[in-house]
Amino acid sequence: MAVLVVAEHDNASVKDATNKTITAALALSKDVDVLVAGQGAGAAAGAAAGIAGVRKVLHAEGAAFEQGIAEAIEGLVVPLMANYDAVLFAATATGKNAAPRIAAALDVSPISDIQEVVSGNTFVRPIYAGNALETIESSDAKKVITVRTTAFGAAGAGGSAAVESVAAGAATAAITFKGAEIVKSERPELAGAKRVVSGGRAMGSADEFHNVIEPLADKLGAAVGASRAAVDAGYAPNDYQVGQTGKVVAPELYVAVGISGAIQHLAGMKDSKVIVAINKDADAPIFAIADYGLVADYKAAVPDLMGELTKAGL
Amino acid sequence: MKILVPVKRVIDYNVKVRVKPDQTGVDLANVKMSMNPFCEIAVEEAVRLKEKGVASEIVAVSIGPQQAQETIRTALAMGADRGVLIQTDADLEPLAVAKLLKAVVGEEAPQLVLMGKQAIDGDNNATGQMLAALLGWPQATFASKVEIADGKAVVTREIDGGLQTLEAALPAIVTADLRLNEPRYASLPNIMKAKKKPIDVKAVADYGVDVASRLKVLKVTEPPVRAGGIKVESAEQLVGKLKEAGVL
Repeated sequence: MAVLVVAEHDNASVKDATNKTITAALALSKDVDVLVAGQGAGAAAGAAAGIAGVRKVLHAEGAAFEQGIAEAIEGLVVPLMANYDAVLFAATATGKNAAPRIAAALDVSPISDIQEVVSGNTFVRPIYAGNALETIESSDAKKVITVRTTAFGAAGAGGSAAVESVAAGAATAAITFKGAEIVKSERPELAGAKRVVSGGRAMGSADEFHNVIEPLADKLGAAVGASRAAVDAGYAPNDYQVGQTGKVVAPELYVAVGISGAIQHLAGMKDSKVIVAINKDADAPIFAIADYGLVADYKAAVPDLMGELTKAGL
Repeated sequence: MKILVPVKRVIDYNVKVRVKPDQTGVDLANVKMSMNPFCEIAVEEAVRLKEKGVASEIVAVSIGPQQAQETIRTALAMGADRGVLIQTDADLEPLAVAKLLKAVVGEEAPQLVLMGKQAIDGDNNATGQMLAALLGWPQATFASKVEIADGKAVVTREIDGGLQTLEAALPAIVTADLRLNEPRYASLPNIMKAKKKPIDVKAVADYGVDVASRLKVLKVTEPPVRAGGIKVESAEQLVGKLKEAGVL
């Protein structure tokens, strides 16, 4: 079977989420092609060609692709599916937006957020906020899949695929891009970070979040996350949210500060390798899944921890 | 302008789900069920659009068992005008739901379909996008702000890394994210009034739509349980343990 992976990229390089999606695609088939659609994305197409295991790169140019407009991606991918048995997206905001649209256009049931490829038509995916795993078998001739990237390793370098241009169809007039507000950050990207420090409602204010969580994250070279409570209260931007409705992370180290551990938050981080919880409530549910728990007020514990990390040479 | 709001009856979000020992699914017997939280946000937004004079009628539609009438009543108590229940005991996939909703859109001719971005049971995040594709309408998913004017919806969306604003020509599909609004509680008088609002009960067969399953659930299992951790006494001990674990 031939498989198409729709890449996410920044025009120069391919995002880590796509590398991981390629790993999932290679578990399905040896014939994996990557579609790089963007505006001035030639370098990204070249980068995709260098990923090990990629057979061919398809490169399409168009402004709407850069904005991740689902209608444009549908118009590009659906005709290409004549040549493919499956199309995979990373389960990011862009992938989740476009994949079901393509599935409906092809009259197939999309398979969301897979965390394991059992065979060419059988997959494992989490349901009920990760509290159950379902193994599903698809009877559709063509598969439209989004991939939970934290469950797969990144495909390596060393490929030398050919790059082929494909023409993009006309953009639909029914939807237009008006603008974007992207949060600027020097820190690692939350979804792919090796370490994550998250703050919760206990911070009490945006200043406190800024003064406590961010220095600790910087000390650890970590990305910053937040619970829904912290985001709703305005302590942290929306895209910091870790959980069922935010981002799913699985770093080597996850430090939860002042987070009680609601089901919806745990859904986004319980596959982390090592979980540390700092909370003054000894009965907080977070302690049930934390490898190391420190029952203490973060106001004292975080500065202590910063000091110990300095002593440890960080 | 008429707004159609699809709502789903799901397990209450506070309930800790239990996987059945025979691995056929999740135990839903005697478990508290509620309206999917994202659907509540969609209903709230529709009601606010009506209060602003943008919308003239709100139709809440649900596809599910007889008890899904309660979910529709909740939407009516929040301010929806009438309901449509497509009654079925089958657990339909998003593809089938999208096809049925397309048929409802054909009958009702709304200018806007406002729905939740995902249901907290299946966690698919697919139905809105699929309905948009089937209708050939534009979509604005994961909305945190919606403004309707001059036959257009200007929608701010939550994307990875920040926010994006799109303008969709109506008719369009908008799916609600958490931060679109804070849903209201239905007041007792409104709950009483909602009992008098009409609900049209239909059957899947009324629509002549193919709802056959494409995905067969082979088994449902518990996720691996994390080994119990330890409590440390001090930051110093914590750093020591993290070094031992090789994550520092």
